[in-house]
Amino acid sequence: MPDRPPSTSSACRGGLGSAVLACVLAATAHGQSKEPIKIGIISEESAIAGAGISRGAQVAADAINAAGGVDGRKLEVILYDDHSSAADAVRAFQRAVSQDKVVAVIGTYISEIALALEPWAARSHVPFVTTGAATNEISKHVHDDYDKNKFTFHEYLASPFISDAVCDGLKQLFQPQFSIKSAVVLSEDAAWTAPLDAEYLICLPKIGVKVLDHIRFSPDTSDFTPLYNKIEGEKPDVIVTGISHVGVQPTVQWAQQQVPVPMIGMSSQATSGTFWKDTNGAAAGVVTFAIAADGSALTPKTQPFVDSYAKRFGDAPPYTGFTTFDAVYTMAEAIKRAGTTDGEKLVAALEKTDFVGTVGHVQFYGRDSQYTHAMKYGSEYVTGILLQWQNGKQVTLWPKAAPQTKVSFPAFARLKQP
Amino acid sequence: MLGTQILIDGFAISALYGLGAVGFTLMFGVSGVLNLAHGATMVVAAVAAWVVAGQYAANPWLAAVAGTAAGVVTAFATYYLVVRPIQRSRSVPPAEKEIFVLTGTLLWGIMIQEAVAYFYTDNPKTVRPLIAGVMQIGGVRTPINELVIAVICWSVIGLLWLLVNRSKAGKVLLAASINPRALGILGFELSRVYLQVWAIYGVLAGIAGVLLATFLGASSAQASQLTASAFSIVVLGGLGSVSGSLLAAYIVGYLETLTAYLVSPAYRTVPALILLVLVIYVRPRGLLGRR
Repeated sequence: MPDRPPSTSSACRGGLGSAVLACVLAATAHGQSKEPIKIGIISEESAIAGAGISRGAQVAADAINAAGGVDGRKLEVILYDDHSSAADAVRAFQRAVSQDKVVAVIGTYISEIALALEPWAARSHVPFVTTGAATNEISKHVHDDYDKNKFTFHEYLASPFISDAVCDGLKQLFQPQFSIKSAVVLSEDAAWTAPLDAEYLICLPKIGVKVLDHIRFSPDTSDFTPLYNKIEGEKPDVIVTGISHVGVQPTVQWAQQQVPVPMIGMSSQATSGTFWKDTNGAAAGVVTFAIAADGSALTPKTQPFVDSYAKRFGDAPPYTGFTTFDAVYTMAEAIKRAGTTDGEKLVAALEKTDFVGTVGHVQFYGRDSQYTHAMKYGSEYVTGILLQWQNGKQVTLWPKAAPQTKVSFPAFARLKQP
Repeated sequence: MLGTQILIDGFAISALYGLGAVGFTLMFGVSGVLNLAHGATMVVAAVAAWVVAGQYAANPWLAAVAGTAAGVVTAFATYYLVVRPIQRSRSVPPAEKEIFVLTGTLLWGIMIQEAVAYFYTDNPKTVRPLIAGVMQIGGVRTPINELVIAVICWSVIGLLWLLVNRSKAGKVLLAASINPRALGILGFELSRVYLQVWAIYGVLAGIAGVLLATFLGASSAQASQLTASAFSIVVLGGLGSVSGSLLAAYIVGYLETLTAYLVSPAYRTVPALILLVLVIYVRPRGLLGRR
C-alpha cells in the first residue's frame, strides 16, 4: 500500500520520534522522490496468451531495474488477473488506479476487455496500453473522440494489418511456389475477427484468391468436425484462419481427421512456444502470423528476450510476451521523456514513442490517421512474421527466412503445385 | 455421405456420453448422491493423462491408465472430503442431507476446476489418439480413434453389466440401489458397498475423461458443461436406470450431432435441453426411470 509522506507542518507537530521520521520523509519528498513507479498489469492468467502478458512485464521490469530503474526509481509491476471477464478487468482497473496508485495500466489480449477498459482510462486520466487485443475499434475510438480517449494506446497490430500481413505473406512467399486460387475464411465470432475478416475479404481477392465461404463459429465450440466436413466439401486450396480463444482443439481435430486443406492465417495460441506440446505435435504444418517468435531475430533485442523468458518460465513466450515487454519499456521511456508521471503529459510523451523493441521499430499513428495511437504497420516499423511449426520448432518463413528454410506441410494437407 | 458422417460421429460421441452417464446414474442409484463434480472428475482424468504423456513422454496407453487412476483418486477424494462428512454430520437435518451433498459436490467441482486452471491454464488438453490414423467407412474418412472409443466404451459398459448381474459383489450393489436398509439388516457392510460404488464411478469417469482428451480435448472450462450434459442425459433416461442412461445418451448424442451438422455447431446443446424440459413436463421419471 502506498505511503504518502505527511506534510511538513502537521508531521513535526506529532510525537518526537514520528516527527523526526516524518520530517526526514517530508524533506526527501521535496527533492527527487525515490518511491517506486507502479504500473498495473491486467491479464488473463489462466489463458496462454494472457499469462504471456504478466510474464513479459515481469521480465521487462526486472531488466529495467537491473539497469538502474527509471531515473533512479524502481519500476514495480502490480499484477491483476481478470479471469477473462470484462467486469473483473474494470474492477481491477479501478483498484489499480485508486488504491494501488499505478501511473499506467498495461494489458489484456481480449478485444472485448480492452474496449471495456478504454472509457475507464478516459475517466481516470491514466494511460492504458493494450498489448494483445487486435480490434481496430480501439484506435478508432481514440481518433473519433481524441480529447476523451487519448489515454489509450494500442501496442499491437490492429486486425486489418494482421490480415494484410497474411495476404502479403501468401502473395510473396506461397503463391510463387504453389497454386493458391481459393480459400475458406474460418474464424471465431469475436470482436477482433470482425475487422480481420472484413480485411481478408478485401485483400484475398486482390491477390487472386477467391473466397468460397466465410465461416464464423462460436468461441466455445469444442467439436469442429462438422465445420471441417463442410469446408472439405467446398474444396478450397487453403483455410485462412482467425482464431485466438480456441487453438488446441481445432488444430488437433484437423490433424486427427486429416483434413486435406492446409491452415494459414492467424492462430494466436500457435504463437506460443508451448503449442507443439499442447497439441502433441498436431501443430505440424500450421502457418500463423506472429508479431515475433523464437528464432525470428527481428531486432537485436528479440532473441535475448526469448532466451531470458524461456530461462525463467520454461518455454518461449506467446505473442503477448513480446508486445508487453516492449510496452513496459516504451512506458519507462515515456516517463523519462515527460519527466513526470502525470497522465496528460505521459500521453504526449507516449505519442512521441520511437523505440526499437523486440517486435521492431515501434511508433504510434497520430491524429491524422483513422487509427490514432495504433502501432504503425510497415517494413520500416512492424510487420510481424509468418511462422510454421516444423518438427517441434517455430520456423520463420516471412518476410525474411533463414537460408535453407523450406515450407513443410504434413502428407495429408499439401498445397497444390502450380 | 453426410448421413454416414453424422451416423459415425454421433455414435462415438454418444458412446462417450453413455459411459459418463452410466457412472453418474449408478452413483445416484446406489448411494443417492448426485455428484455435481462429475465434469471436474473427467477433466482431472484428462489433464492427468496429458501431464503423464507430456512430462514423462509416456505412450498414450500408459497415459490413459494414469488418467483413469487420477479419476479414481478424485472420486475417493470427493467421497471422503465432501460426501461422507456431510452424510455423517449430526448438524445437518437428515431430510436436507441430499441437498447439502449436491451443493457440496457442486462447490467441490468448482474448486477442482479452478485448481486445474491455476496449475495448467484453461487451455484444452489433448492426448495422442490411442490408435492414430484414419480409415474409410462407407466412403467417409474416419479417425480410427473414434472407433476405438466406441469399442472401449461399450466393452466397459459390458463389463459393468457382467459385474452387476453376474457377480456377487454386483448383486449386492444392485440390492443397495433397491433397498439399502434391508441390505444393512441382512448383515452387509453398507460402507464397503459405497466404497465399491465410488471406485467403479472413478474408473468410469476416469476412462470417459481420458477418451474425451483423445477425441475432442478437455479443458477445465468445460467441467460444468460436462456435468450438465451428464445430468440432463441421466434425468432424460431416468435417474438410477443404467439402460435408461444409455438410451438417453444416444438420443442426446445424435440430437447434438444432427444439430451441429445441419444447423450450426453453436446450437448443438439446445435441442437436448428442450427435450429435457419436455420430458420433465410429460414424463418426469424419465424414459426408463423407476422412481
